[in-house]
Amino acid sequence: MGTTSPSDAPTPAPSSSSVAEHPEPSGAPVLALAGNPNSGKTSLFNALTGMRLKVGNYPGITVERVEGTLALPDGRSARVIDLPGCYSLLPRAEDERLARRALLGADERTPRPDAVIAVVDASNLERNLYFLTQILDMGVRVVVALNMVDVARARGIELQPAVLEERLGVPVVPVVARTGENVAALVEAVDRAAAPGRLWGLSTEGEEALAPLVAAVRAEGSVPAHASEAEAIRLLIHGKDPAALGGAVGRAQEALAAAGVEDRQGLEAEHRYAFCRSVAQAARGNAAPKGPSRSERVDGLLTHRLLGPLIFVGIMAVMFMSVFAWAEPFMGWIEELTGWLQGTASELLGQGILHDLVVDGIIAGVGNVIIFLPQICILFLFLALLEDLGYMARAAFLIDRLMRVAGLSGKSFVPLMSSFACAIPGIMSARTIESRRDRMVTILVAPIMSCSARLPVYVLLIGAFIPAAWQGTTLLSMYLLSVVAAIGVAWVLRKTLFRGEESSFMLELPPYRLPSVRGVLQTVGQRGWVFVREAGTVILAISILLWFLAYFPKDDAITQEAAQRIEAGEDEEVVAQWEAGAQLEQSFAGRLGHAIEPAIEPLGYDWKTGVGLIASFAAREVMVSTLGVVYSVGEADEESEPLRDRMHADRKPDGSPVHTPLTSISLMVFFVLACQCMSTLAVVKRETNSWRWPLFMVVYMTVLAYVASLLVYQVGGALGFGP
Amino acid sequence: MKLRIIRRMATSTSTTLSDLRPGERACVTGVAGSGPLRGRLLEMGFVAGTELRVVRLAPLADPMEVELHGYHLSLRRADARTVLVERR
Repeated sequence: MGTTSPSDAPTPAPSSSSVAEHPEPSGAPVLALAGNPNSGKTSLFNALTGMRLKVGNYPGITVERVEGTLALPDGRSARVIDLPGCYSLLPRAEDERLARRALLGADERTPRPDAVIAVVDASNLERNLYFLTQILDMGVRVVVALNMVDVARARGIELQPAVLEERLGVPVVPVVARTGENVAALVEAVDRAAAPGRLWGLSTEGEEALAPLVAAVRAEGSVPAHASEAEAIRLLIHGKDPAALGGAVGRAQEALAAAGVEDRQGLEAEHRYAFCRSVAQAARGNAAPKGPSRSERVDGLLTHRLLGPLIFVGIMAVMFMSVFAWAEPFMGWIEELTGWLQGTASELLGQGILHDLVVDGIIAGVGNVIIFLPQICILFLFLALLEDLGYMARAAFLIDRLMRVAGLSGKSFVPLMSSFACAIPGIMSARTIESRRDRMVTILVAPIMSCSARLPVYVLLIGAFIPAAWQGTTLLSMYLLSVVAAIGVAWVLRKTLFRGEESSFMLELPPYRLPSVRGVLQTVGQRGWVFVREAGTVILAISILLWFLAYFPKDDAITQEAAQRIEAGEDEEVVAQWEAGAQLEQSFAGRLGHAIEPAIEPLGYDWKTGVGLIASFAAREVMVSTLGVVYSVGEADEESEPLRDRMHADRKPDGSPVHTPLTSISLMVFFVLACQCMSTLAVVKRETNSWRWPLFMVVYMTVLAYVASLLVYQVGGALGFGP
Repeated sequence: MKLRIIRRMATSTSTTLSDLRPGERACVTGVAGSGPLRGRLLEMGFVAGTELRVVRLAPLADPMEVELHGYHLSLRRADARTVLVERR
């Protein structure tokens, strides 16, 4: 992520008009961007702010907050807050609660917006107007961005913005956010934003019941005065506590019931939609949409009963192959860069503790993580492209029935598939799941899907201990095991901790659109940056900690012995490797390995594997390099023959081999199931805003891994596959 | 079982959304049930008087794709069963 050239950013035409009328005391006016999902809200946000944005998290909840700045016509800059796309301001889901609080100015970290830019999809007017009426009810100042007028036009819908302006009492500016068309005019219209308040009415009885409630809300003052009507409607229709507001809620609801209205929800929805329909019809004139749209014809192929699933499998296959294939050169470059940094740091720092900390601790540790950045960017490139195209919704549509077997819905599919590359983007993409239960279950099982960081461990162990004829099958089995385990755990979680009615699956299938290159690249850049920043900081801390554990204490006797052996003419490199191994064995990490040996012995592992296991809880691939140090071969990678040979040759005191095919399978099963990734835990903490779930994740996955490995080793041994 | 009962009603014009076949058009007469699902269905536009059309079913015959208010929505047939409609 970096800066963008000024020509990329939309530059609003200069104008002499004044800034927004209600500037914040802090200076910059605050604009909130609100709208339905698929209304092109994100495109508009990108068109308004260019790349100048910050990504953050709302306090206490988990939906991402995005903020950027916008250059106003007079040269000042406004803060633009992108609210989560939602269908309603009724606080039912997290994203809706968040949008509502932000509009009310009740969110501590988000200033009350001076004006709301409401994004309305011109090709889908009624339902978008429904959400707009909820915004207007709050009494906030609004300007409407009538987006996707090009799509509407292509479908034969020609809207008259002037009619909409007249009926809604707010400025309505037609825009095409994807191309930036007319966005400058929208920016100028922000000054004219108006607050017409509630435009629609309930039935006569409804209004009679509502009036005293509005007065009671206003008197109590729990929401800003201008939002009293919105709050009163919410309480009248959905209020669960009749005693609230000194009984005013109960009285109003009874008044409705006395007038024969039992279905309050239906009353509100029908009257809102009636208003929206009349506005939409007025704006549309007599134009009616032409027959089946182009999207529907494309869908005839992509969601075809037979071809649909085949095309789907093909797309997924290409995606995952590309993640591996395309990332290769970039990973090589990052490795080279890491190596170059280590070399430069070595020269600058000379010998000593500082050198070892920086080179072996910080650079190697952080490099271990950054190495996965290319895979993450490529995966997000695909996901953003498919999302932008509108295909993701179709994939969820195709797969929903199958996901239901595990108690999940189609919306969990993409996050779980992504986790084959890396659980972190997978967990982050679970944000699109609105059911909290489904989202939590998806997040909690995503790390079981066999990610790319396990591959080095599989390669090392399979190459060393599995007969050539069985190597491919073994590798495939590990991936299958991860799928079966993830589905099984999801099923159990849905039956226990996240029990509840089968979640409903309601998903809009937006029209297919050509992806906007800039939007896709921005998404990739943002996601990549979040990964580097958030995971990088945690990994840095853990790397330093691990390095300390493996580096201290130093036994002077070993150092002296090594010096003597070199003086006696032994090969310097051999002695250095022996010294590293000996020092590690008596380091804190080595002692830990010995300490846990009794616990891991039933799984078939010795203390050296134990050290690797402990280290690998920071990141799985650390296992390979740690084993390399333990086996005194210095810098080892999964292809290094000496490590394989030495592991092969390693003997227990009784002369039997330490590692056998059975122990290696037991160890791989452990790696499939165990949660050994600090970055994942950090992301889960970030996404759930609690340490409870990452902790739960470590515990359940470790127990699962332990029990499964124990079964493999003990049952395998009993069946005669043992040493 | 439940499906069979609904099938038998198919001769009458009033039925549930779940029972419509691809291509069929209908008019919403109401949403049964209660709770968040009903609220969501209402918000998404299943209010009395709304014209809709079943576009297609997913490969395993569930969920279904419906067009209403000029947009396309996929929903599970179990949920669609709560939407009462009048065939056109």
